[in-house]
Amino acid sequence: MQTLFLQGPSVTLRALTLVIASIGLMTLDHRWGQMENVRNAMSSVLYPLQYTIDLPIRLYHWADETLSTHQTLLENNRRLEDLYLENRVRLQKLDILEKENLRLRELLRATPKVAEEVLIAEIINVDVDPYRQLIIINKGSDDKVYISQPIIEAQGVIGQTVHVSSTSSTVMLITDASHAIPVQIDRTGLRAVAFGTGKIDQLDLRHIPHNADIRKGDTLITSGLGGRFPANYPVAVITHIERSPDEAFVTVTAEPLALLDRSREVLLVWHNQPQTTQDIDDER
Amino acid sequence: MNANTRIAVITIIGAFMLSMMPLPDWAQDFRPDWVTLVLIYWTMALPASIGVTIAWCAGLMLDVSHGALLGQHALGLMLVIYIIHVQHQRLRVASLVQQAILILFLLLMKQAIVLWVSGIMGHAPDSWLYFMPSLSSALLWPWVYIILRDLRRKFALKTHY
Repeated sequence: MQTLFLQGPSVTLRALTLVIASIGLMTLDHRWGQMENVRNAMSSVLYPLQYTIDLPIRLYHWADETLSTHQTLLENNRRLEDLYLENRVRLQKLDILEKENLRLRELLRATPKVAEEVLIAEIINVDVDPYRQLIIINKGSDDKVYISQPIIEAQGVIGQTVHVSSTSSTVMLITDASHAIPVQIDRTGLRAVAFGTGKIDQLDLRHIPHNADIRKGDTLITSGLGGRFPANYPVAVITHIERSPDEAFVTVTAEPLALLDRSREVLLVWHNQPQTTQDIDDER
Repeated sequence: MNANTRIAVITIIGAFMLSMMPLPDWAQDFRPDWVTLVLIYWTMALPASIGVTIAWCAGLMLDVSHGALLGQHALGLMLVIYIIHVQHQRLRVASLVQQAILILFLLLMKQAIVLWVSGIMGHAPDSWLYFMPSLSSALLWPWVYIILRDLRRKFALKTHY
């Protein structure tokens, strides 16, 4: 039925109710983080759309692989075999070192190192928000992904999951303006916190005193403090240091080592003992 | 669901896909707000079936796809659609340029609301380019309008506008 005057005042009433509902939702979401279930249900609806958008790119990669020539495949294979051999040799050394480390730890009665498990996830190529550093990956709670799980890549740490639905998760990169990661300088062991800046190639180290031993080119690795990120993964390399006498701290910027905007595959890491995971859940 | 609403739903889904489509870096700042544009059209064309509630739900979906706080885009989008809904009879007789100018201001208002909430959360963008989508959306409005109107006329049996 077509009416000339469409429920005049009730639209205003509905709009007012929705304004209050929005504010209520935002408060619930921000203060108590209780909207994860709703968010997950809605991302399951969005997932087919995201998958469809990603499909042409996926198809392109698939075609690229299928249509590559015999020669290229052979070359690739040879190259990878060489690399595999090289890595095997390195791993042998690492194995011996790890055993030695374990023995020494036992001698010292130190806590044993935590075993880490990894799972490969693919990045779904959709734009999220140009002013946030977020990406979507194709693994979710079906694969036991949890919130604030560390994500790494061959070159270094990428970020952590912020929302997890059943088949996909949203990952906040270490360069997001609201992200911070505890790091230490691998040369000296000096601990710091690397803050995201919102720029894809820049991290800021804050509160570094003037007398700190810090140089351009130093590598930052995760310190493992805070319990979210496993220790000793490379994060960034220091690119710029400015010691200005009028400032209380040194201005230090670093560049992430991981190819944040170019990698297609990432690794999810499980490193927590059960009780630590519990702790994180309790925190939230 | 009649033919009109069905087309409306399909185009809204299309708008969502456009809003998530990967763009080159230089174009990202200018990505038009497709979902809002399409919803504005359908609110003007079918105010009896498309209104604030659907806009609010679409806004929540935008929040999820942007990884934003739930309710952030929903609030802005719903207020834009509310104003369009109240004024739809006047807007229908306005010229496309006049409509585009109004839409520019409405979208600026929407972005300001989203920015305000981001600011409270502590990660507000610090560049004026943030407001560019409003401009590009307003510039694209005449084409969006014509395409959607033709779609509706082609597929919908009953037209009343």
